[in-house]
Amino acid sequence: MPLKLVPDNTNIGFVKLRFLAFAFTIALTIGAGALLGLRGLNLGVDFLGGLTMQVEFKAPPELDTLRVRVNQVGVGDAALQEFGKPSTILVRLPLPDGDQAAVQRVVAKVRKALEKDYPGVSFARVESVSGKVSDELITDGLWAVGLSMLFVAVFTWFRFEWYFGVSTVVALVHDVVVTLGFFALTQLEFDLNIVAAVLTIIGYSLNDKVVIDDRIRENLRKYRQMDIKGIIDLSVNETLPRTVMTSVTLLAALVALLFLGPEVIFGFTAAMVLGIVVGTYSSIFVSSSLLISLGVKAKPLATEDKRAAGAERVG
Amino acid sequence: MLDFPAWKNWSIWLTVLVCFLLAVPNALTPSQIAMIPDGLPKSQLPLGLDLRGGSHLMLEATANEVEKAKLEGLEDTVRSELRVAEGGAIAVSDLSINRGQLSFAVGDVTRVDQAVAILNKVTAPLGVGAAREVSVSRGSLPGQIILQPTAAGISAAVDGAMAQAVEVIRKRIDELGTREPTIVRQGKTRIVVQVPGLQDPEALKALLGKTAKLEFKLVDAAADPEEVAQGRAPPGSQILPVQQGGQVVVKRRAIITGDQLVDSQVSTDQNGAPAVSFRFDSTGGRRFAQATTENVGKPFAIILDGMVISAPNINEPILGGSGVISGSYTVETANELAILLRSGKLPVELKVVEERTVGPDLGADSIRAGAIASIVAVLAVSLLMILTYGRFGVYAVIALFINIIMILGIMSAAGFTLTLPGIAGMVLTIGAAVDANVLVNERIREEQRKGRGVIASVEVGFREATRTIWDANSLNIIVAIIMFLFGSGPIKGFAVVLSIGIATSVFTAVTLVRWMVARWLTSARPAALDI
Repeated sequence: MPLKLVPDNTNIGFVKLRFLAFAFTIALTIGAGALLGLRGLNLGVDFLGGLTMQVEFKAPPELDTLRVRVNQVGVGDAALQEFGKPSTILVRLPLPDGDQAAVQRVVAKVRKALEKDYPGVSFARVESVSGKVSDELITDGLWAVGLSMLFVAVFTWFRFEWYFGVSTVVALVHDVVVTLGFFALTQLEFDLNIVAAVLTIIGYSLNDKVVIDDRIRENLRKYRQMDIKGIIDLSVNETLPRTVMTSVTLLAALVALLFLGPEVIFGFTAAMVLGIVVGTYSSIFVSSSLLISLGVKAKPLATEDKRAAGAERVG
Repeated sequence: MLDFPAWKNWSIWLTVLVCFLLAVPNALTPSQIAMIPDGLPKSQLPLGLDLRGGSHLMLEATANEVEKAKLEGLEDTVRSELRVAEGGAIAVSDLSINRGQLSFAVGDVTRVDQAVAILNKVTAPLGVGAAREVSVSRGSLPGQIILQPTAAGISAAVDGAMAQAVEVIRKRIDELGTREPTIVRQGKTRIVVQVPGLQDPEALKALLGKTAKLEFKLVDAAADPEEVAQGRAPPGSQILPVQQGGQVVVKRRAIITGDQLVDSQVSTDQNGAPAVSFRFDSTGGRRFAQATTENVGKPFAIILDGMVISAPNINEPILGGSGVISGSYTVETANELAILLRSGKLPVELKVVEERTVGPDLGADSIRAGAIASIVAVLAVSLLMILTYGRFGVYAVIALFINIIMILGIMSAAGFTLTLPGIAGMVLTIGAAVDANVLVNERIREEQRKGRGVIASVEVGFREATRTIWDANSLNIIVAIIMFLFGSGPIKGFAVVLSIGIATSVFTAVTLVRWMVARWLTSARPAALDI
């Protein structure tokens, strides 16, 4: 007997739960938005400019002494953070005043100071970004996220109907805002990798929604007598085993990466794990139920009858 | 849907075989690769700097600098061309560079038109229909002529300067003896340099951040010290700082520049201290000999990047075409300068605007952790699939492994680089590939529950699910392309793996699995599906 994560023929009334789900979703989105506004993102050097050094010490250093030492270099307040193990410290410094090359001078200074005071120290990773470049990276990142949302909306509109486009994008915005809110809450560093993660979340959350939308469209043609609520419930239930199975498999892969993978991509995988959970939730509870509020009707187009009939003839 | 004509069988497995052959070199040692006969793929998937350690530097030039250099070049053109004008040299005065313009006055007002004509001719564009690179016009003052580079001219100058800069950087890095540097232009004014396996990027940055413009200029001994103290140099002269402190007034025109150098080595001066020796080519040597012969007894300045290194007296004509620069050098700094002079000056000053350096140990750690995580992820996914879908799960897992090999094969052949985000992309692709099979299998389950027969369930399952898979994956490709176009560095690496992975996963998860299922159905003719 094969394993079934979701029993056969579920009949959960998702549509009936929609007002509860909407309320929860709105609260979640507002909460995440407020967190973003109040705490803000812990932007990394990619977006703020400045420098990050992952420094490996021979023995765990006294953090206060180290901070004083780095501050003495006179380039601004250093933020220190343990990274994975106590003898590995992440040193972050803000963007220094001066021209584009000022960051480079700071890198050299800090390197020299630490090499002198902590013999045997090694620099596992040095990243420095000048102000102009970090501004460009912000713009590029926003463009990438914005454009993918736009294309998604246009594609879904084109492939389905406009209300599918709207409901999908609303759900996606929710996914993105909640993910960003998570980063505001945990203050995990937000860098370029996280933008890639957000884009991937958009991609996969979309996957889920397209699968359900596809089924709704199919059922709209098949069951013309059924009311829209019934069709949506049926479609979400029919695709539920797939939705859950895919999410669980993806999560299995990501959790492996989260706990066993390199420290450097921890934030990236954390974002992905959260994004999958949030995306699955919004696919099941938000995007399809939203179609009702948008006024989708169980009225198939005459030209599409042939395809629907063809599907029935098989078997 | 379940019929596979012979040509289809062949093309499916030929595709798999080709990708497999492309991936094979990755599993071999260098000596084994050397034994692969010619004609078969040999290239291995290159690892990104984040995995094997190294430095990534982004250098930027300012367009203003290039414009300034172009104007200085024009200044030389004006002098030399008008000196050899028909009907005797045209005397010019008040040459000055200001606000992106070069202006000067022609002494003999009747010859202004002739001067404009000459300059128009020498600055005429080379190609047919090419845009003018410099505009020549008459100024408001009598006899004044103004030269201004056009937008097209500046753009062409920037382009030329950047192309030349790439070559100079390549020479400099080669001098360091590092292996396989990647040097590419990015956008209009940027160059990205990637050097793998470098522990200390400071030496590299020191080498790239210097223009190394070497000039020899006569010292202007006639300058009024009081004027100089107030920062005013006599016409045709300029004030330059001296390395040891203080300043000195030199003639603006260089008697010779480093462009004519052919070699430069570390040597020692009379006192045995480290110094840098240099040698000019034959024309440079002759000019140097001539200039030193004419100016015996006078001091001249050796200037590097606008800083006077030393200002010795010319005791006797220097005829051999070679010389020694001495200053307060250590062996290291002398060697650095020798490298810089050997590889030529940068046509434009470059600044490091982004650095990403990863130590080799961290890279190795990342590979190890990434590999372990990937293996565990594959195992977890395989286990889930087999437990859930039985035989169909086994097919999906076989397809999954072929998928991973195909991604590696295509990436090796196309010369893409595997980065850490790329590994993450790979793990996600595994999830996506599995999703396609989940869609198919769930649909088959559904059709079975509706009471369809074995063959019909499988047929409808594949057909209906395939449509959904196409919809979903075309959207994912859109997102991946946007990531590739707008993302930088890590995002690009991720997008590449994702795009390739989406394409191969549709092939393996749909086509290959269907092939396996069809074979089983036709040979075993099962009465019921255990799915």
